[in-house]
Amino acid sequence: MKILRYMAGCVLAAGVALTAIAAQAAEPIRIGEINSYSRLPAFLDPYKKGWQLALEEVNAAGGIKGRPLEFVDRDDGGKPGNAVTIAEEMVSKEKVTLLAGTFLSHIGLAVTDFAKQNKVFFLAAEPLADAIVWKSGNRYTFRLRPSTTMQAAMLAKEAAKTGAKKWATVAPNYAYGKEAVAAFKKELTKLVPDAQFIEEQWPTVFKIDAGPVVRAVEAAKPDGIFNVTFGGDLAQFVREGNLRGTFENRTVVSLLSGEPEYLEPLKGEAPKGWIVTGYPQGAVETPEHKAFFDAYMKKWGEAPKLGSIVGYNVVASLAALLNKADAYDAETLVNTMKGLEVMSPSGKFVFRAQDHQSTMGTWVGKTDVKDGAGVMVDWFYADGADYQPSDEEVKSMRPAE
Amino acid sequence: MSFYFAQFLTGLSSASSLFLVACGLSLIFGVSRVVNFAHGSFYMLGAYVAYWLVQFVPGSILGFWGSVLAAALIVALVGTVVEILILKRIYNAPELYQLVATFGVVLLMQDAILFIFGGDDQFGPRAPGLDSVVRIFGEPIPEYDLLLIALGPIVLGGLWLLLNRTRWGVLVRAATLDREMVASLGVNQSWLFTSVFFLGSFLAGLGGALQVPKVSINLLMDLSIIAEAFVVVVIGGMGSIPGAFIAALLIGELNAFGVLVLPQATIVLAFVVMAVVLVLRPYGLLGKPETLAHAAGQVELPIRPASNLAKAVAGLLLAGLVVMPFLAGEFAIVLATDVLIFALFAASLHFIMGNGGMVSFGHAAYFGLGAYGAAFFIKYAGGSMELALVAAPVMAAAGAILFGWFCVRLSGVYMAMLTLAAAQIVWSMAFQWQDLTGGDDGLLGIWPSEWARSKTAYYFLALVLCGGGILAMRRMIFSPFGYTLRGGRDNPNRTESIGINLRRHQWAAFVVAGMFAGIAGGVYVFSKGSIFPDEAAIPRSVDALVMVLLGGVQTLSGPVVGAGVFRLLEDEISRLDYWRAILGAIIIAIVVIAPEGIAGFIKKLAMKAGFERNEEQGS
Repeated sequence: MKILRYMAGCVLAAGVALTAIAAQAAEPIRIGEINSYSRLPAFLDPYKKGWQLALEEVNAAGGIKGRPLEFVDRDDGGKPGNAVTIAEEMVSKEKVTLLAGTFLSHIGLAVTDFAKQNKVFFLAAEPLADAIVWKSGNRYTFRLRPSTTMQAAMLAKEAAKTGAKKWATVAPNYAYGKEAVAAFKKELTKLVPDAQFIEEQWPTVFKIDAGPVVRAVEAAKPDGIFNVTFGGDLAQFVREGNLRGTFENRTVVSLLSGEPEYLEPLKGEAPKGWIVTGYPQGAVETPEHKAFFDAYMKKWGEAPKLGSIVGYNVVASLAALLNKADAYDAETLVNTMKGLEVMSPSGKFVFRAQDHQSTMGTWVGKTDVKDGAGVMVDWFYADGADYQPSDEEVKSMRPAE
Repeated sequence: MSFYFAQFLTGLSSASSLFLVACGLSLIFGVSRVVNFAHGSFYMLGAYVAYWLVQFVPGSILGFWGSVLAAALIVALVGTVVEILILKRIYNAPELYQLVATFGVVLLMQDAILFIFGGDDQFGPRAPGLDSVVRIFGEPIPEYDLLLIALGPIVLGGLWLLLNRTRWGVLVRAATLDREMVASLGVNQSWLFTSVFFLGSFLAGLGGALQVPKVSINLLMDLSIIAEAFVVVVIGGMGSIPGAFIAALLIGELNAFGVLVLPQATIVLAFVVMAVVLVLRPYGLLGKPETLAHAAGQVELPIRPASNLAKAVAGLLLAGLVVMPFLAGEFAIVLATDVLIFALFAASLHFIMGNGGMVSFGHAAYFGLGAYGAAFFIKYAGGSMELALVAAPVMAAAGAILFGWFCVRLSGVYMAMLTLAAAQIVWSMAFQWQDLTGGDDGLLGIWPSEWARSKTAYYFLALVLCGGGILAMRRMIFSPFGYTLRGGRDNPNRTESIGINLRRHQWAAFVVAGMFAGIAGGVYVFSKGSIFPDEAAIPRSVDALVMVLLGGVQTLSGPVVGAGVFRLLEDEISRLDYWRAILGAIIIAIVVIAPEGIAGFIKKLAMKAGFERNEEQGS
C-alpha cells in the first residue's frame, strides 16, 4: 500500500517536474536538504510532507523568478559525521545554492559549523538548541523553529500565573534537557522570585524507567512539575504518573507535549490540564492556516503535524529569500535574509538580524481529552518576537562575526 | 519506609522485564555461542505484533493474553526462519561471524517494521483487568507491575523445569558444556540449535509483548534494550539462566534506588556494575569458565609475507590512491578520506582481534578518545593541528593503558564485554561532562591548519597518517611481537610455558591498537570540524567490528577491504528509501556466501586459481 502510494507520488512528481521543465526550460535552483529521515520517521515524515507540499505550490506558481525550486534531500542516518560528509557532497558535487534541514540539535550544530567554515548559507529547520544562534552562532546560519529558551520562556510566563512555588523538574539527561531546565528556572525566577526548585530528575533519554522517576517526584511533594521528556519517554512518564495520581492537584508544565507528534500516540490517556507548547492543528482558524490545512489534507489525506508546518515554512522562507535576493552567492543571501519577512501558515515572522533566529512562534495552551484523543484547549498563538532576550544579552552570547 | 518499599517493588518489576529479555539471549549464547545482536529486534517485533493484535480484541482479558502469546509465537517463528536461513549456514565460520549476520538482521528488521507498522510511536492500551493500582502500605503500586514481578520467577521456574526435567533440557545443558561431545554422541545438533533459537526468540518476543501496556512502542526499542540485555547476561554469567535472574534483580534495584541518590548516574550505572563484576568475578556471578572447544576453533594458516602478486596489487592500489585526487571530483576526495580513516580504525581493531585473538566490542572508545584528545588540545590549549594529531594517540593510548590492564585479564566474550563497558564509560563521560566536552552539543570549530585546509591537502595528510599506520601495524605483525601474539591466540598455555609473559604482550598490543584508533579519531575530527559523543558510542564500535569481519578476520588486508566496502556501500545506498534493509541484506549475503570475509574469499579464489601458494605447497 505504502509503496504503491509512494510510487504513484513519484510518477506524479516526475510528471509535474517534466511539465515544469518543458514550460520553463530554466535551470532549477537546487537546495540541499539533510535530515535524519531513517532515524526519526515519526517526526520527519510529516516534515517531509510539509516541504513537499510547499515546493509543489511554489513551482505551480511559476517557481522563483521563472526557475523551478528543487530539493536534493538526503538521510544522515542520525550520525553527525555523515551529515557533514553529505553537506560536502551537496556543496561540491550537487552544486546546491544553500543548505537546509536537520532535526537533532547536535547534527544541526555540526552543519552550523560546516556552514561557517565553508561559507555556505544554512537554514537550520528543526533543532532547538540555543547554541545554534547564540554560543555557536555564525554569519551563515539561520534558524527557523522557536528555540528551547523561547519555548521555555512562553511556558514560564504561564507557569508564573498559577501561583505554584515549589517545583520539580523532569528532563532527559542531555544537552536539550539541561538547557530547557536552566532556561525555565531563569525565566520563572524572573517572574516569581521566591520560586523554589526542590527536586530534579534526569532520566536517560529514550530509556526512562518511569516508575522510579515518578515516585521520586511524588516524594518531593512539589506544587508544580516542569517536564521536558518527549516521545516514548513522555508516554511512559504520563502512564506511570496517571496510575499513581502524581499529577492530581498539581500544576504540570510541559515542553512540546502539545505537538501532535507527541500528543497523538497518547490517545485517551493524554494528560488533562497540562500547560504545554504545541499545535492545535485543525482548530487554528486564520485564513492562511486554513488554506495550508486544507491543501495538506487534500494532498496527504491526514492532518498536518507540527513538523509539517516547519517543513512548509522552510520552503516559504527560502522562497521569500530567493525571490528577494538579487544574487545567489552566500554573502548576498545572508545579507538578504537579515530582517527578511516571511508570510506563512503560522502567521508572519521575521528572521532577526541580531541573532539570525526567526520570530516564528508556537501555540501555548492546555491539554485535554476529547473523543478519546488528546487535544489542546484554551490556546493562543505565542509570537516568537515577544520572547527574545535583549539585544545586549544577545551580543554577549553570540561571537562577533 | 513505605516509600522505599514501593520503590523496591518498582525495581522488581523492571528486573522482571529485563530478565524476560535477557534469559533468551543467555540461552542462545550458552548453546550456540552466537552473540545474537538481533535479540533486541525480536523484542521490538514482539511488542509491535502484540500491539497490532490487541487492537482486534479491545478490553478483553483473554484477548490480551492471547495476543501476547500469539505475538511471542510469531516472533519465535521469525527467529527460527532466521536461524535456518542464515545462521545455520555459518556456524562453522570463525567465531563472531554470526554477530555480523545478526547485525544485518537488525538493519533488515528495523526497516521491515517501519514498512509494516509505520514510523509513528505507538502507545498500547493498559492490560485489561490490571489497569489500576493497589495500595500497599498506602503507596500506590500498579497492578501490572505486580503481575510482572510474579512473571519473572514463573518463567525462571519454567525454564528450570524444562532444562532439568526433560530430555531436551539434558541435551541443551550438555551442549552448553561441550558441543563437540554431544555431537559425537549422535545428537542432532542442527535440530537442537534450531529449537533453542525458537525458544530464545519466543522469550524475546514475550518480553516485548509484555511491555505493550507499559512502554511506548517505537523504532528505537531494539538498540536500547540490547545493550542492557547484554549487561544482564554478562553479569549473570553467559549461559546461566539463574545468573541472569540475579543480575536483572541487581540492575533493576540499582536503577530504582539510583534515581533517588544520583539521578544523573543512571546512564552509566549498569556498565560500571558490569565492569566491577567482571574484574572481581571474570565469568560473571554464576558463570563458568568458557570450555575450550576441542577443535580450538579453526586452525588458521600461518601468515606469510605478501606474494609478489599481492605486492603488485597493493602497489597499484597505492599508486591509484596517490593519483586519485587529480582525477576525481572534490567529493570523491572527501569520501576517500573517510575510507582511509575507517581503514585505519578497522585495522587497529584487527590488530588485536585477528592477530591477538582479543575481541573488542568497544573499540570506539579509543577512536573517541583520540578525537576528543585532539579537540581538547585545540580548544583548551590553543594548540595547532599538528600537535593535536600527536595528542590524539597519546590520549587514546592512555585510555588503552588503563582499560587494557583490566581487559587482558579476561578472554573471549567476557573480555569483549569488559571492553564494551569501558567504551560505555568513555561515552557517558563525553555525554555528561558538559563543561569539558560540551556534552551532546559537542565541540565545534576543530578545522585543519591553513596548509591542510583544501580537501586534497587533507586527503594526502590522511593518506600518510592512516596508510602509514596500517603499514606500521603490518610491520609489527611480522615482528617477533606479532608472532608472540599469535602464539598467545592459538595456544596461551604453550606460549606461557616457554617463558613469555603473555598478558604483558597482550596489554602492549591493546595499547598499540588503541593508539592507532586514536590517530584515526584525530584525523576524523579535523575532517569533520566537530566531535560528538556518538563517535565513542556502541554503533561506532559495531561499525568497526562489521568492517573487520566483512573484510575477513584471518586476512591482513581484510580490515582495509572491509572499511572500503562498508563505507562506500553506506554512502551509495543511503540515497535510497529503506536503505538500511538493503544494507542489512547485502551484509547477510556477504557473510553467507563468503564466511571468510571478502578479502578471505578473494584469497581463496586466488589460491584455487594458483596465483597464491596454498598450505601444502607452502609447508
